[in-house]
Amino acid sequence: MPDRSTLLRVEHLRKVYESATGNVEAIGDLSFTMEAGELVCIVGPSGCGKTTLLKCLAGLLRPTSGVVEMDGSPVTGPSPAMAVVFQEYGRSLYPWLTVRGNVELPLRHKKLPRAERDKLVTDAIEAVGLAHAARSHPWQLSGGMQQRVAIARAIAYQPEVLIMDEPFAAVDAQTRADLEDLVRELHTSRRISALFVTHDIDESVYLGQRVLVLSTSPTRVQEDLAIDLPPERDQITTRALPRFTELRTHVYDQIQRAKRGQAVAPRSAR
Amino acid sequence: MTAYSGRIGTTPRGRGVGARLAAGFLYALGLPMLLLVVWGLVATRATSQFFPGPLTIAEAFVDTWVGPAFVEDVLPSLYRLGIGITASIVLGVAAGTVIGLVHWLRELLEPLLEFFRAIPPPVLIPVMMLLLGITDTMKVVVIVSGAVWPILLNTIEGVRATDSVMKETADAFRITWSERLWFLVLPAASPRIMAGVRQGLSVALILMVISEMFASSSGLGYRIAYFQRNYLIAEMWSGILLLGLVGVFLAVVFGLVERRVLRWYHGIREVNRA
Repeated sequence: MPDRSTLLRVEHLRKVYESATGNVEAIGDLSFTMEAGELVCIVGPSGCGKTTLLKCLAGLLRPTSGVVEMDGSPVTGPSPAMAVVFQEYGRSLYPWLTVRGNVELPLRHKKLPRAERDKLVTDAIEAVGLAHAARSHPWQLSGGMQQRVAIARAIAYQPEVLIMDEPFAAVDAQTRADLEDLVRELHTSRRISALFVTHDIDESVYLGQRVLVLSTSPTRVQEDLAIDLPPERDQITTRALPRFTELRTHVYDQIQRAKRGQAVAPRSAR
Repeated sequence: MTAYSGRIGTTPRGRGVGARLAAGFLYALGLPMLLLVVWGLVATRATSQFFPGPLTIAEAFVDTWVGPAFVEDVLPSLYRLGIGITASIVLGVAAGTVIGLVHWLRELLEPLLEFFRAIPPPVLIPVMMLLLGITDTMKVVVIVSGAVWPILLNTIEGVRATDSVMKETADAFRITWSERLWFLVLPAASPRIMAGVRQGLSVALILMVISEMFASSSGLGYRIAYFQRNYLIAEMWSGILLLGLVGVFLAVVFGLVERRVLRWYHGIREVNRA
């Protein structure tokens, strides 16, 4: 497989919610592409339709018009090539299953030999550092650990891209830093492609190789920004780099502009 | 859950397990014992033949129910009750799941179900006697016709209330139809289903007795009515006592099953309370 091939292509995506009180255009006209092995962060002002976008990408919502293509074939429903980590870990994990049961559940229909399935599950749970808690139930764990379970479930599924919807919005700051490093580590060590939606500007700059800044609703890509920070990142040193500050200030400006509605002409997505 | 039980209550640490067990025992049996003593005293003084003392009833209990009557009356009753409860659970959960999952079916059936539920089941006994004769089937049908409603309606509610994020998770990971049923829909509805079963059990016991009093030549209900008609007062009371024991037995079995099935549910509640 060539190293840089187009994994995900989104073209002129538009989503209108129809309701009795009138139509709401959540996504206006959104295009971008993502290459295999990339970690792309999507950041935008609150209420800009980030979650709608993500659900369209994951095949959970049908776009009103436009194309979402995964590996060159259109996404019409949930795809085995994608795994989603939801924001609400407490409602996404099944409390009647153990940690192991939760991670194993999506693999049941994959027709893998038992031994291989067990290996995938054990491996994923170890990768997120929860080997000691495999037999606990999610509600016996802290919020951060629960979100680790959700990440383990997603990587055990062996997707081509991990889609994460503000996964760390509900955990405290220290846990959040640990989880960010976990995502970075999974990305570098396992070459997992990930699309990471967040409202946190620092988080997007710290994590991403690229940051897509969205405009307010009806949403477009306001800017497609390459993050030229070294690939080895560290909570203290990376965040102290002058370049980090420049980038975050830049993204912040873009979002402020987006809020004021002074949308600059979108640069073409690569 | 044992991990949390220590935190609940204000029992000082120093007290031993034995002392705590004894205290629990006293709390559980203290009042019944006291009532028995009071009853014994009142019965010795009272002249009414309708209120025999506890010892007389205990004697009647052993004479009446230990022996062939157990096989002739108690077992058939328990058999009908067991079949009726099992059928109610299977039918209620199966139909409730389908109705809860299919939106238009629910809209269509809801008014009808409310109506059927409102009919007091004992009025069905004469109808069932005509249709099915005085048979075991008739009694089981009567039990089911009452016990199925709380289970059915609770299952519908439970299935319908399945969390939207949990459903989206199942969609995103392309969980198959049958896995969805076993690992999402039914467990998510299980607290409601168990609440329905608990109500269904007491209804089933009531209907078992009533159906036997109406039309039967065996069974606990029949036997109690027979004793009453023949002025065998102590024996009648002993039958009522036995019915109470059956009810307690059902509750204990249900409690054990519920603890097992809803361990996660009670666990969450304890964690949230702590």
